[in-house]
Amino acid sequence: MIELTTSNAGETAALGAAIAALATGGEMVVLSGEMGAGKTALTKGLAAALGVADPVTSPTFTLVHEYSGRLRLFHLDVYRIDQLDEVADLAIPELLDDDALVVIEWGDSIAPALPQDYLEVRLSLGVGDDDRSVVIDSVGPMWRGRLQRLSSLIREGGTAC
Amino acid sequence: MEPLELAADAPVLGIETSCDETAAAVVCGASTVLSSVVSSQIDLHARFGGVVPEIASRAHLDLLVPVVAEALVSAGLDDREIAAVGATYGPGLIGSLLIGVSAAKALSMVWGVPFVAVNHMEAHLYAALLENPGLELPLVVLLVSGGHTMIVEMRAPGRYRILGRTLDDAAGEAFDKVARYLGLGYPGGPVIDRLANDGDPEAIRFPRSMLDEGYDFSFSGLKTAVINWVRRHPDVAAADVVASFQAAVVDVLVTKVRRAADAVGAKGVAIGGGVAANSALRSASPRRASPMVALVRAEPRDVHRQRCHGRGGGVVPAGPGRSLAARLRRRGVAAVAHLRRVAAALPGR
Repeated sequence: MIELTTSNAGETAALGAAIAALATGGEMVVLSGEMGAGKTALTKGLAAALGVADPVTSPTFTLVHEYSGRLRLFHLDVYRIDQLDEVADLAIPELLDDDALVVIEWGDSIAPALPQDYLEVRLSLGVGDDDRSVVIDSVGPMWRGRLQRLSSLIREGGTAC
Repeated sequence: MEPLELAADAPVLGIETSCDETAAAVVCGASTVLSSVVSSQIDLHARFGGVVPEIASRAHLDLLVPVVAEALVSAGLDDREIAAVGATYGPGLIGSLLIGVSAAKALSMVWGVPFVAVNHMEAHLYAALLENPGLELPLVVLLVSGGHTMIVEMRAPGRYRILGRTLDDAAGEAFDKVARYLGLGYPGGPVIDRLANDGDPEAIRFPRSMLDEGYDFSFSGLKTAVINWVRRHPDVAAADVVASFQAAVVDVLVTKVRRAADAVGAKGVAIGGGVAANSALRSASPRRASPMVALVRAEPRDVHRQRCHGRGGGVVPAGPGRSLAARLRRRGVAAVAHLRRVAAALPGR
């Protein structure tokens, strides 16, 4: 488990960049945290590090946005899904291709319905307006062996591979 | 593909299933709506606090045939009299779009008439013209809803340019999220609009993101600023918070659309989308519009539903209202969920 704090949205975005640097395709990242905690900020950093040129906009209404970069990025927001059985209709396992990275905002709310192999990033509002507490952990084997490298990358600034 | 000649008053069937309403309409020419049937699914969604994709798809599947049949019957037309079939192909929920596009393609094949793919945002533009046939071009249109916020320049029928759009959250989404954070319910727009009447719009000076920079929007920081304010001031009156929040959104929208209208020499400004129903936006617009802006027309929610969200009002006129030949698509056209790709797929780009 990695625990840290960020002091502005740029640092939160750098966490996303560090995660992107370790992604090889077929992985899932589950973001949790209250409104304004920085889930989209982190995703923007992740997308930029994958070389996505399009602006990453909130998928709250549209549910799934797809971008192309070094990997394809599927950006999901399940904020408005209240029923676990609706998750099946998002066809998440079908998005998890070898050349794709799936990022799910508010993913903790549907965790029981997800494939149990992902990187979990929990964001929460800190004391100062721009402070965020972050806890990163692996669920399942795929990210377990990479947590140490992720921790190093974050300490180094998040972008080096 | 050979250009298609359609008589100016040829009846066209339009189908719209991009979000939560199943709709069909028959329109003749650019402004005659023969019938318009909207089967709102809002009650279905109220239980779920929003649009749930598979629910929408299934409901569209159940409702589409009766809605189309009703549109034909109301128009007093036999299906053999329909000259073309249009459907929204994007942007929207992919499962929902597929239902309308597939149905329209099937009907066009069976009836031996052309299929016309219509961009939902483009339909919004035509809905503004349908509402106000006197609007003069060039026109600047602010499209502002839960899923989209953009400023579009319309120089001529079929000639548009997206001047700016949101870089993160849509304006309507900010309304919904602030309302939900404050426990005011869903959808957030009408709730905040009502409550803001009891509050002071100058009580809190929330940030106006990118106010002086171009025509793009950013509302994510405003949402976070509201949350931070409420955390710091738990006893603050919710009415003051939402009134100040609303003032910030309206300020940005009006400032940018006004600047855009000036820059392109617009003869008119139109506002479409669900947020156009916001009373602060509607009352702010004329007062702050530049003298060049001849008419500011907001589109209340019911008009949006009547005129655009589903149907003919928007979807059909986008067909015959411009050079139809340029819009005709092979039936191979697919539904497209993402706005960028939809824009790229627009004719003339």
